[in-house]
Amino acid sequence: MSEIRIITGNEAAALAVTLCEPKVVAAYPITPQTKISELLSMYVETGTLKAEYVRVESEHSALTVLISASTVGARVFTATSSNGLLYMHEQLHWAAGSRLPIVMCCVNRGVGAPWSIFNDQQDSMSQRDTGWIQLYCRDNQEIIDTVIQAYRIAEQVYIPTMVCYDGFVLSHTMMPVEIPEAAQVKNFLPPYRPHTFLDPERPRTINPVFFPWRRENAEGVLCDGYMEMRYKLQRDFDTSLEVIEDVNVQYTDLFGRNYGGLIWEYQTGDADIFVTGMGSIAQEATLAVDALREEGIKIGVVGIRSFRPFPKEKLIHAFSRARIIIVFQKAISYGNEGGLSTEVKAALYGSGIDAPVHDYIAGLGGRDVKTRELIAAIRDTLERSGGGDCKNKTTWLNCHRG
Amino acid sequence: MYEIIWHGRGGQGVVLASEVLAEAAYLQGYKGVTSAPTFGPERRGAPLAASTRISHEPIRTFSQIEHADIAVVLDDSLFKVVDIWGRLKEGGIMVVNSSAPPAESSIVKKVMIIWIDAAAVAREHRLTAGGTPVVNTPLLGALVKGWNYIALENIEQGLAIKMAASGAYKNFQAVKSAFSKAVIREYRGTHA
Amino acid sequence: MIKQDENISGICTPAIGEAGKTGDWSDVKPAIDHSKCTPAVKGKAACFLCWLYCPEGVVHMTIPVQIDLDYCKGCGICAEECPPNAITMVRKEDMNE
Repeated sequence: MSEIRIITGNEAAALAVTLCEPKVVAAYPITPQTKISELLSMYVETGTLKAEYVRVESEHSALTVLISASTVGARVFTATSSNGLLYMHEQLHWAAGSRLPIVMCCVNRGVGAPWSIFNDQQDSMSQRDTGWIQLYCRDNQEIIDTVIQAYRIAEQVYIPTMVCYDGFVLSHTMMPVEIPEAAQVKNFLPPYRPHTFLDPERPRTINPVFFPWRRENAEGVLCDGYMEMRYKLQRDFDTSLEVIEDVNVQYTDLFGRNYGGLIWEYQTGDADIFVTGMGSIAQEATLAVDALREEGIKIGVVGIRSFRPFPKEKLIHAFSRARIIIVFQKAISYGNEGGLSTEVKAALYGSGIDAPVHDYIAGLGGRDVKTRELIAAIRDTLERSGGGDCKNKTTWLNCHRG
Repeated sequence: MYEIIWHGRGGQGVVLASEVLAEAAYLQGYKGVTSAPTFGPERRGAPLAASTRISHEPIRTFSQIEHADIAVVLDDSLFKVVDIWGRLKEGGIMVVNSSAPPAESSIVKKVMIIWIDAAAVAREHRLTAGGTPVVNTPLLGALVKGWNYIALENIEQGLAIKMAASGAYKNFQAVKSAFSKAVIREYRGTHA
Repeated sequence: MIKQDENISGICTPAIGEAGKTGDWSDVKPAIDHSKCTPAVKGKAACFLCWLYCPEGVVHMTIPVQIDLDYCKGCGICAEECPPNAITMVRKEDMNE
């Protein structure tokens, strides 16, 4: 029998990790992630989790330790937030390029300067091009289930995977969570089989210098150049689109909870107005949709669960009847607009869908985003030339602009 | 959905009280419960709040409570520092720990006041932490006396989930005592 | 048909010439005058300072001393350190007479 407990997002993540039985955990505490490191170190001390917990002096070292451990065949885990993630930046690329299925929780927090310990998604979104899969969660149940799924996905396509969830909003809020049974998780998650690993019996060099050209090695094998290696990573990201969907289906069969795979939809059946976003803000938007539907507005939410790989085809299908699309996001790509808006627009290019995409920046540095504020913003969008006019306009929700 | 804000100071146990209430509500059959601390750094003695949401349906809102149905005030010195009235609904419930019943002139809204000298209850049950009376759990008893959506036995079980058996027993004695001693009065409010 | 590398990350196995032969990086090479070189003169293991100083590990502690010119980068440290001045750096094209 699985058990329901009332726990925070961080506790959910730590429990999920324990169920996945990593062999090495290395993490450096940073608010609001700290509780995960504390819990995992406690589980290791008490023997609940049979793993090596490596105490490191920085996030950069935390990920470096995991890269090494993963290279010798261990399942591994780390978690971080904000500037801690940015400090890992170089090693994020290294982990992805080495095709190591590392799983990390990014407990989303605004990035300094100026300092903030509060939630937004600037940290993970600014790591978009590091070659990591990024999955965003709406509530604590999704956190525990997504961490377990993340190992399956990562180990199938050999791409490191980041499970992102909103700091404090989810990490520190308790809610009922069904804890999957250990035996079922074992059943769902086969042991990690590395694509290659360092072994003294078969000496090898990992990640030597790669040249722009392909070359024959000393044994006459035609080896990739740098560009072929990059292509293989991108090719496997394409595969990961299917894998994320398959893993979700299998998870649903076993555990009875369905997260939609790459995207999820709420009240989209007859909708022609769509709200989209990632994480808890998209969940909050479902309440705005409930309220607006009472007024007869045909509106729904398309929640983006996978930011990388970006589910272009899925979105084209979901938005096929869209008249207006409104993107709420907790990050900004300076000098342009909200990064998620750019992605949505790019996905629709050439698809025949010409719905205006309205760009909203919300909730930066922990600014509260209330349902009524989302409702007001949606209403305002619809009133503005019937929602048709959005050229070069980014709206900062609930922000004083003097 | 019911929304409850717990006002206290760091170290008084607002977070624990909110968690116990969430556990008890879930046991009562509410499928949607959340409990959240004030988001941010935790500092002993500084004013802070915790919030509980209780609903028949799973909860989808994680934003801050604007106007609560219930305010629980662990420390009446907070009225001068925090806008407790501003975050309570007209016609809501306020549970107050103070040595004397609140003066009618201080009640600015139409409200049900549940008054309890929780510190006295705590002292009576030798429920202290570092010499200071523990007032968070007695306030749970006072709350469910006036707001009877949650049975005392579920509070008892909620305590058992959150603390060791001996502590849970002692705390529950104080909860029951506060339940019997709490004084309930309706006020029309001065709307000052 | 030529065999293709199936690896999805950068990997190579140790083999001679795997990372390219570095001997062609310079136009000078060390030439040893064994009539002056201590191990050759004494007929026993001695001196080997060239072996000790070589940053590339291409000097073999043999009698006579041998240098692997496939990998020697021609830095000239051995010539600089040789006590009896038995090593001279010569242009590659002058080497094989």
